[in-house]
Amino acid sequence: MKNATETVELPEHYPVSLKVNGQAYNLKLQPWVSLLDALRDHLQLKGTKKGCDHGQCGACTVLVNGKRINSCLTMAVMKDGEEITTIEGLAKGDELHPLQKAFIEHDAFQCGYCTPGQICSAVGLLNEGKANSLEEVKELMSGNICRCGAYTHINSAIMQVKGETGNE
Amino acid sequence: MNSFSYHRAAHPVEAVKDVNNQSDAKFVAGGTNLFDLMKLNIEKPSHLTDINRLDLGKIEVLPNNGLRLGALVTNAATAWNKDVEENYPLLSQAILAGASPQLRNMATNGGNTLQRTRCYYFYDLATPCNKREPGTGCSAINGFNRIHAILGTSETCIATHPSDMCVALMALDAKVNVTGVNGERTIDFADFHRLPGDTPHLDNHLEHGDLITSIDLPADHFKTNVAYLKLRDRQSYAFALVSVAAALKMEGNVIQDVSVALGGVAHKPWRDRQAEEQLKGQSATAAGFREFAETVLSGARGFGHNTFKIELAKRAIVRALTMALKNESTILSDLSKA
Ligand SMILES: Cc1cc2nc3c(=O)[nH]c(=O)nc-3n(C[C@H](O)[C@H](O)[C@H](O)COP(=O)(O)OP(=O)(O)OC[C@H]3O[C@@H](n4cnc5c(N)ncnc54)[C@H](O)[C@@H]3O)c2cc1C
Ligand code: SF4
Ligand code: FES
Ligand code: FES
Repeated sequence: MKNATETVELPEHYPVSLKVNGQAYNLKLQPWVSLLDALRDHLQLKGTKKGCDHGQCGACTVLVNGKRINSCLTMAVMKDGEEITTIEGLAKGDELHPLQKAFIEHDAFQCGYCTPGQICSAVGLLNEGKANSLEEVKELMSGNICRCGAYTHINSAIMQVKGETGNE
Repeated sequence: MNSFSYHRAAHPVEAVKDVNNQSDAKFVAGGTNLFDLMKLNIEKPSHLTDINRLDLGKIEVLPNNGLRLGALVTNAATAWNKDVEENYPLLSQAILAGASPQLRNMATNGGNTLQRTRCYYFYDLATPCNKREPGTGCSAINGFNRIHAILGTSETCIATHPSDMCVALMALDAKVNVTGVNGERTIDFADFHRLPGDTPHLDNHLEHGDLITSIDLPADHFKTNVAYLKLRDRQSYAFALVSVAAALKMEGNVIQDVSVALGGVAHKPWRDRQAEEQLKGQSATAAGFREFAETVLSGARGFGHNTFKIELAKRAIVRALTMALKNESTILSDLSKA
């Protein structure tokens, strides 16, 4: 155990390679930089939002190797070498992702703060292929809180895309 | 959060050594509990050993036909694994009742068993808490204790273990495989977590540097007639006030075997094997289930705000056993059968 008078040396920066939205980045980060802070503060990708910073709201949802996670509860250094997709990476050029289009069509937001997390979470949900009904979409989207209460429209948007992609 | 150094381990033995090198080093797996607590300065490790690249990420059938769940398999991958869904549906149901899809994609089987209590005072650095700071007192006993324990409590701590997965592991007689400085050992799930006693700062029987490598499930154990019932303040994404993992083995209407574990009521998943023995050989009736529930809760003690849990737990047991009899799941039936 370190005693109180000992000088504490701050740990070094660690090399971290991330592939974010198809682009490779080589960073040097302290080990306590969350993936969320790395995306927002080091890569200037501000689309991913910080709500609670404790895994309770889903605003920070991104996809790691196609799976949805809360980027606030993992450290960037732990994701060295992984493929990250954020809201900025869903559109193909000017062509919006079907879920982005559906969210606009269904008016699935008010303030929009939860929206990037909702959409990334919905992409993860469709990748998983476990939601077969509206009830199941609701249950499997429960990791994303919407303070504005746009849930009904969010669910309609997801149900529409689920139908279109034949993801039954 | 305090500063810490970091090492990514490549082999279990190396990981164990790395944590043992410093008395306040810790393993990190999913990070969903550890980072939550570190951000609040409740956990303050000076060094983290990242175990995510260890080869502990598989689910495999054992020679005795049991199932081995790697410590690093995520909760989501476990709940949706074919073998788990088919042969241990109780475990799938319990996992899917917990946290959120994003968290289940991060949370690992090893980390889940070691998650810490959700007692509000444990989380509040401004209040005394024997678990966080031994000897300072328990703020919950005479405080707001609506979510607290009613069984196996002590004068020093009335916290509950918050896991859903562990309640099913308890009902299914799982075993935990551990590698430590003194080699490997296996711990029965019933002996894994502790009651608070006068050491509430200790949640379980692991030593510093013990690495969970896997969790084993016995072969052919409660494949049908199971139900996980979770009662909580909202329908999803909330911890249990009371949960019940119920499993029956029936022959006609006669109970051959029964296992009932409770969550949200004690410092560890709660099971009463004597009461289970009395139920064996009886026919399955609502009155018999209620009598069983009375026995299980006979030693229960409420602390004011949580006294309602005693009757709630009894009714939950009866309901869960009734559901198990019909093989009904509460958590979206299609989800766990998909
Ligand atoms: C908002 C929220 C809601 C939640 N709701 C629920 C719920 O309803 N039900 C539920 O059951 N859970 C719930 N959880 C808790 C979640 O399930 C746990 O945080 C998760 O299972 C912990 O696993 P992890 O891999 O992330 O552990 P980590 O955070 O990485 O580690 C937890 C602890 O275990 C140690 N550790 C990890 N792996 C090993 C190993 N292999 N060997 C030895 N030590 C190890 C670490 O050192 C640390 O001390 C919730 C969490 C959050 C944030
Ligand atoms: S119940 Fe346990 S964890 Fe909660 S304040 Fe008391 S000692 Fe701390
Ligand atoms: S910011 Fe990550 S879940 Fe709220
Ligand atoms: S649109 Fe405002 S929080 Fe969801």
